[in-house]
Amino acid sequence: MIKVSGLTKTFGNIKAVDDISFDVLEGENLVLLGTSGCGKTTTLKMINRLIDPDAGTISINEVDTSREKPELLRRKIGYVMQNIGLFPHYTVAENIAVVPRLLQWDKKHTINRTLELLKKLHLPENYLQLFPRELSGGQQQRVGLARALISDPDILLMDEPFGALDNVTRSSIQAEFKALEEFTKKTILMVTHDVQEAFELADRICLMDQGKIIQIGTPKELLFTPKNDFVIRFLDGQRLALQFKLVTIEDLWEFLPEDPRHTNKTISADKASMWSVMEAFSADRSIEHQFFVNTRTKTIKGLNFTQLTNAFNSYQNKEIHD
Amino acid sequence: MTEQQQTLWSFMYEQSDKLLRQTFQHLGLTFTSLLLAVAIGLPLGILIARKSNLAGSILGIAGVLQTVPSIALLGFMIPLLGIGAKPAIVALLIYALLPIIRNTYTGIVGIDRSIIEAANAMGMSKMQILFRVELPLAMPVLLAGVRTATVINVGVATLASYIAAGGLGEFIFGGISLNNTNMILAGAIPAALLAVLLDFLLSRLQKLNGKKLKKVLLTFPVIIVVLAGFYLWPNTYTTKLRAGFTPEFMGRQDGDLGLKSIYGLKIGTTVISDAVMYKAAFEGDLDVISGYSTDGRLKAFDLRILKDDKGIFPPYYAAPIVRESSLKKFPDLEQVLNLLAGKITDSVMTDLNYRTDYLKQSPERVAKDFLLKAGLYQPPRNGQSGVIRIGSKIFGEQYILAEMYSILIKGNTDYEVATKTGLGGTKICFDALMNDQIDFYPEYTGTGLLVLLQPSPELVKEITKDSHRTYNYVKSAFQKDYKIKWLMPIGFNNSYALMMRKKQSQSLHITSITDLTKYLAQK
Repeated sequence: MIKVSGLTKTFGNIKAVDDISFDVLEGENLVLLGTSGCGKTTTLKMINRLIDPDAGTISINEVDTSREKPELLRRKIGYVMQNIGLFPHYTVAENIAVVPRLLQWDKKHTINRTLELLKKLHLPENYLQLFPRELSGGQQQRVGLARALISDPDILLMDEPFGALDNVTRSSIQAEFKALEEFTKKTILMVTHDVQEAFELADRICLMDQGKIIQIGTPKELLFTPKNDFVIRFLDGQRLALQFKLVTIEDLWEFLPEDPRHTNKTISADKASMWSVMEAFSADRSIEHQFFVNTRTKTIKGLNFTQLTNAFNSYQNKEIHD
Repeated sequence: MTEQQQTLWSFMYEQSDKLLRQTFQHLGLTFTSLLLAVAIGLPLGILIARKSNLAGSILGIAGVLQTVPSIALLGFMIPLLGIGAKPAIVALLIYALLPIIRNTYTGIVGIDRSIIEAANAMGMSKMQILFRVELPLAMPVLLAGVRTATVINVGVATLASYIAAGGLGEFIFGGISLNNTNMILAGAIPAALLAVLLDFLLSRLQKLNGKKLKKVLLTFPVIIVVLAGFYLWPNTYTTKLRAGFTPEFMGRQDGDLGLKSIYGLKIGTTVISDAVMYKAAFEGDLDVISGYSTDGRLKAFDLRILKDDKGIFPPYYAAPIVRESSLKKFPDLEQVLNLLAGKITDSVMTDLNYRTDYLKQSPERVAKDFLLKAGLYQPPRNGQSGVIRIGSKIFGEQYILAEMYSILIKGNTDYEVATKTGLGGTKICFDALMNDQIDFYPEYTGTGLLVLLQPSPELVKEITKDSHRTYNYVKSAFQKDYKIKWLMPIGFNNSYALMMRKKQSQSLHITSITDLTKYLAQK
């Protein structure tokens, strides 16, 4: 979908982005992760030509973006930013309708699409006539999302989209966003410095440092087969929590003992993370066993806390040695 | 005084056609210049917001222009644009420029960068960003700039009357020269009200938001154009020759009024300050001007005085007028001041004025040269027995006289001298004298009679036939009414005079005011 090759950008004598290449597959969520100054935002902004690269090419659907008029290119790409950047002199409705107005949509079409998005993003209709300053930060970012999604672009660029929100608001918007069908359907390139967020939302993570890509791969690959010390150090202190959140019961299936008992109270094994199962054990001490169904093999297994940790241990060994 | 003690209201009512015309001219000047200032300042402000390396120099230039004193700026305009509306509008425009450029710039630069980035990222073009995002968001700051510029312009536009551009300044400066408080107020009050009113209206505009503002802004240019159009209000009728009279001359019986009633002169007249009048006559912008008979520029610009064959201009013999209290306080003063009595004739004074006004010699030097030649010069004694405060009005001749007195006092007495020169018109000088801010200044008998004493017209007519009677009348009246003493006349008579370019008067065979009247009456 997006093909980046040999991309370089220098500011003064600092190489912000240093000859990087990567692809973003259709429908994929690729997260650019790194500390501030690593070049991730510059990379993102070169995709819709907010910044023009010094060298290298970017093509979208095999069309070189440098051949397109920047304005026209940007109208086809959704953009969500940390500071939201709603127009203070426009109402919510007008803010959402910025791109349709540029694309000269029919008014009715715009209104219908706006109402559709409001429902999806849990924004009440009477907000439409309000001005951005009358909304909370979380609501503003929902409007920002609606503005980016209204023209149903194939590609969504997100620059620290939840970075300015407080923790509670952030996790609820993250969860809502993850549940949107747009999240799964669209090709998304997201920038963040928040490791948790990256692992939560990414199909693949591109870890950057000093303008270079250190490792690009699935969250599991970064966790279990880090390419070098930098990756290991980057995840220091969070590794176990990330692993627990990432690994599902389905992943552990082969290491779980057969359990002859049967129950109707089962949970889908691919939906249950290590973390959630351990939380359930810790929340209710009276539970000894939890039961899961593997929807692929159509088998049911039960496990207690010890069996769970043993299975995780074996899984970890296997991942590392693969 | 009884006649003059009419109320302000009745004065304004009586002069309502003039007042209305001046008000509209004032509005016209203010808004024409404002419109042009917006037309120039807005794009410049946008430009420097885009190219910030230009910001320093452009704001700097506009700032420097802003600091040029308004009168000086008007003066600079004359050689370039002549007199009348054009230079006035350009000068006003220059004053309005800085607040408009600066506020446009500040307004745009002050917008949150993330909003502009969002606009870019949405795919807006540069123009769309400018008109849909930057200008609407900068509008409150921008309007604050327009508001400042408007108020400045209403104020500065009063000075436009100096260069024959009309406006409420005609009343204000005429009133100051004529010691006519009603006339000053008739100009100053409407000018102040205009400033307050326009400021208020623009503040309302600033508070509007979004849609409403858009509507109002669309009608704004229309309003401005209409207001600017008021300037075209017919202000004079045109004749074969064009006259330029000072505001003071316009309102005087021994000026324009007398020319109309006694000579029956009908001439298209603009009001202009005497600072630029001679040059305007020399350059052909004006044909007939109301000058002073000893003015050095008469010589410099090759003008000739038209003979006052019906005797409407009363004598204006110059003499120092002194507070009686000061004469008591400084016993040697009277004798020193009288050293100059009878020493300067009309032609000598014209020559001295020529040297300061045209050859640009300093009044100190001209005064010293004259005193040396006349054998009156004494080196200063640097005495310390009290300070004598000398006043003068704001023109060259008075500066020279003040310097002469200063040198004489320093050389012949032990007093020190403080000169307070350039005290505006007669009224300002006289008030300073009455309020004991100065001890004396040189005054003219005609001014004392007509501007300060203001007796009945019959009496004036009677007295002014003879210069001695005039002197004696003002001397005794000042003593009685003001406790101010007229010392002995210096010798020259700086009366009002109508003048024309020598060449033009020769080719048209005009040598007297009667000739001029006849010439203009011909079809």
